[in-house]
Amino acid sequence: MITVVDYGMGNLRNVMRACAEIGVRAAVTSDPDAVRKAGWLILPGVGAFGEAMRKIEELGLRSAIVDHARAGRPLLGICLGMQLLLDSSEESPGVTGLNLIPGVVRKLDGGVKVPHIGWNDVVPVSPSPLFPDQNEKLVTYFVHSFYVGIIPETVAVTEYGVRYSASVRKGSVYGVQFHPEKSQIAGLNLLRRFTLVKPASWSE
Amino acid sequence: MLRKRIIPCLDLKEGKVVKGVKFIDLVSMGDPAAHALYYNNEGADELVILDITASHEARGTLVHVVEAVAENLFIPLTVGGGVRTADDVRALLLAGADRVSLNTSAVSRPELISESAERFGTQCVVSAIDARRRDPASPGWDVYVYGGRENTGRDAIEWAAEVESRGAGEILLTSMDRDGTQIGYDCELLRAVTEAVSIPVIASGGAGTMEHFADAFTLGGVDAVLAASLFHTRAMTIRDLKNFLSKKGVPVR
Repeated sequence: MITVVDYGMGNLRNVMRACAEIGVRAAVTSDPDAVRKAGWLILPGVGAFGEAMRKIEELGLRSAIVDHARAGRPLLGICLGMQLLLDSSEESPGVTGLNLIPGVVRKLDGGVKVPHIGWNDVVPVSPSPLFPDQNEKLVTYFVHSFYVGIIPETVAVTEYGVRYSASVRKGSVYGVQFHPEKSQIAGLNLLRRFTLVKPASWSE
Repeated sequence: MLRKRIIPCLDLKEGKVVKGVKFIDLVSMGDPAAHALYYNNEGADELVILDITASHEARGTLVHVVEAVAENLFIPLTVGGGVRTADDVRALLLAGADRVSLNTSAVSRPELISESAERFGTQCVVSAIDARRRDPASPGWDVYVYGGRENTGRDAIEWAAEVESRGAGEILLTSMDRDGTQIGYDCELLRAVTEAVSIPVIASGGAGTMEHFADAFTLGGVDAVLAASLFHTRAMTIRDLKNFLSKKGVPVR
């Protein structure tokens, strides 16, 4: 079963519907104990980095999410949910992220229209259970103004003004900058693959 | 490469899809959820629902329609019509909208844009602008509200720049002169706005041929195109349109 974290920011319903579509049971929770007991955890997210972290702290969810990840259980951060996995963001200076993946989230720049809205390429660059076929080029839906650059944890890239992380992975912690729940078949297939990933040991 | 988007639009009245010409003469075109399912499978890049009745009662209907439409939709959904407060925005997001379009209320109270952007993020806020050409003696476009019934006297280009500065993440730009006429988008209006802002712009009003869509991208400089009856009546399929645009060198999904 998939547990979807509700911290008052996301478009949970769409993630729930996508899980139903791929035939996977899913439950929504904002209870830290339920998060600690979860098998597969999804951290969705729409909104601002600072406000999201404030809600996560307020609900006592930080240590529950971090403990889940450190226990090696699968976690998928979607869009803002992926950005929250990092240390901080230019969107909300002074706010500490979940510190699961080292790095700073930056503002999109480089002569392009911001937000980045629409369907763009996702190119796998390193083996990951979410992208088993390294030659498969996906086109998925993005809507965001901030990005994670190329880091050691980058497993897929996209390009919009700059080349940046479409997806990151560290152990069984996964992040996707795009919205699989809004990316038609390509997105639903990716979600299905997440539900099949195995727990992995965590190393700092 | 970021693809140019093709967006079908469902105009709703009392929960049913309707289509008018220059915002009047409404004809019923059926159930929104059925249209949505068709477009989800037809290659549409997004879907827009606009409640053009936009009364208090209509908003309740709208929430139910959004829930029904979102049920089988795995592409992004933008919803607008009668949104007056940030709480209205939240209700639509909870019902399944990914983004919310603000129009009349944002013109009367521009803070609605910044309030919504702060609470839900810039990417959530689409600013809908209905523009109509002034008489030839004073070139330019005025912003209209209340479904095109009232001229605000505001300049459309200036208003576009203001909504961007207040936190809108995208502009849905409708030419009232071209709406439903199928004689082509007002590319001059599109160009004027795309040059004035650095957020994405969706072109609306006037599409009749595949060339018109290509023109909106190449001459108008827009990021997405919106059309309604042309797709609803199956006069044109999105797949055929994308094949055409692709051959013209416009990147599509």
